Amino acid sequence: MTATATATAVPVRDREPAGLRVRRMSGQVGWGVLAWVVGIAFFLPVLWMVLTAFKPESAAQTWPPKFVFSPTLAQFRLVFSGWGPYVTHSLIATTVSTVLVLALGVPAAYALSVHPVPHWRDGLFFFISTKMLPIVAAIGPLYVIALKTHLLDSIWVLIILYTAMNLPLAIWLIRSFMLEVPREMLEAAELDGAGRIREIGEVILPVISPGLVSTALICVIFAWNELFLALNLTVTNAATMPMFLISSVPQEGLYLAHLSAAATVASVPVILVGWIAQRSLVRGLSMGAIK
Amino acid sequence: MAVIEDVAPPATAGLRPRGVSRREKWQRRLPLLPALIYTIIITQVPFLVTLWYSFQRYFFNEPGGAHFTGVSNYTEVFKDPNFRSALLRSVEMTAIAVIVAMVLGTALAVLLDKKFPGRGIVRTLIITPFLVMPAAASLVWTGPMLDPNFGLLNYLLQPFGVHHVAWLSNHAFGSVIVVMVWQWTPFMMLIVLAGLQSQPSDTLEAAKVDGAGPFATFRELTFPHLRPYIELGILLGSIYLVNVFDQVKAMTQGGPGTATTNLPYYLYQQVNNAFDIGGAAATGVVTVILTIIVATFALRMFARVFQFEEA
Repeated sequence: MTATATATAVPVRDREPAGLRVRRMSGQVGWGVLAWVVGIAFFLPVLWMVLTAFKPESAAQTWPPKFVFSPTLAQFRLVFSGWGPYVTHSLIATTVSTVLVLALGVPAAYALSVHPVPHWRDGLFFFISTKMLPIVAAIGPLYVIALKTHLLDSIWVLIILYTAMNLPLAIWLIRSFMLEVPREMLEAAELDGAGRIREIGEVILPVISPGLVSTALICVIFAWNELFLALNLTVTNAATMPMFLISSVPQEGLYLAHLSAAATVASVPVILVGWIAQRSLVRGLSMGAIK
Repeated sequence: MAVIEDVAPPATAGLRPRGVSRREKWQRRLPLLPALIYTIIITQVPFLVTLWYSFQRYFFNEPGGAHFTGVSNYTEVFKDPNFRSALLRSVEMTAIAVIVAMVLGTALAVLLDKKFPGRGIVRTLIITPFLVMPAAASLVWTGPMLDPNFGLLNYLLQPFGVHHVAWLSNHAFGSVIVVMVWQWTPFMMLIVLAGLQSQPSDTLEAAKVDGAGPFATFRELTFPHLRPYIELGILLGSIYLVNVFDQVKAMTQGGPGTATTNLPYYLYQQVNNAFDIGGAAATGVVTVILTIIVATFALRMFARVFQFEEA
């Protein structure tokens, strides 16, 4: 805002008294300083988590808290010695569910945008309405269903549910990318006699591939972080990273450094994914509403 | 530039002329069917089963299986003061967290809309809390941040006369809210910031020329422009936050007493501690009915927000 104002209002600014200009400039500096302070304050717990992770246990529980200490990788070694099965389950549940979401979501989004079905609007709202039904309400029966279908404590129960959890969001998002495919390209493909499959494969997918990547990243974030379903429906054979974290809190003894190391290891993948996907994060989180 | 998309017929909708043939109709439906059938089975069947079990007496730690009991599970639900308090707790938590996160998020968005050195870095710092795994965030706040004896927060608040406050024992509800707000403020900030940056600069310019002050400009121009963005943020935030579980599980286990037991945690206890499938199902059905009432309004709001078009 300020930038455009300064750029277009140059003649006015030249007539601006020096005192006023100084005040405006210092105002800008003030906002900048405030923004940095707030930004660091927001980031502080994350920073503290990472710092504590590098402490020996005895340095993590001190008063006053220690900011200078000799860093150690001991806690990370401890975490890596126990995280094997958990991280494997998390990786499988996250990747397989994300692949399934894209496999189901791309054709569905196509049927709701490029060559829309009759009542496509009802379809769209049906998908979004399933996000509003609280899955927690069905947790008891879900447990029984999983038990009777022998899916309890198997990775498949998480894959199936994470796919259903992310599918509506993905359909809305992919649809919003498909609507941006230039109409001329679709018409040209049609004139060439391209069928539906070729239209999707050769025209639409190449254009929306960056959109598909950001859709996948959003799905990864939600699947990786999910705890409620994992905690209720798995025990050991499919326990995921969030459960690893919950179980890393002992009843007694010093544990803050170990806990911080586990939390850091569990969070870093998604933080990196989010930083990379920063530009498309808003669009993804608003299900394509905001571009 | 951010634009809220129109859900009106897509631009590409008219590729084929009117009068779609039967065969064509099925060709159009076919790609939708896998996702539709999958979603119906996975999201609707469990609720039908929930409805079924809500009329059964079924403790899965007892032999004998399920048998019909009429509406007794429902009378239990309505007689149980813990259900009512969990319901109330859920509403309180969601409302407070969403509103506080939105207010803070809007303030941060206004701040980040200004030009200053390192703006990209500050933006990255601020969105990070949203990306931290909720279970991890909860545990880090519980331990290294809020610990009464070693916590960083008590240390930072020392100059303000705060001495070793046991946040999680004495202010459990507030502590859970703090973590929810910390994680969701960035989300609100991103949405409002997108709104701010989509504001046409020439109208702001015109207002400035007309001599409008910054507050008048915000009230008369910026706020009406931001409204659909704020509504969208509140709507999406509520959808996620009403199901908040990780923070409660990791920070307070619903306590002390039932001070932080919201509906998700209450249902979790019913299944995992009481093995009461019938009771949990009845609670679930009541929850779903309440949700449907709220969601009807929410969906209408959704339709309105998505139909909003940039002038």
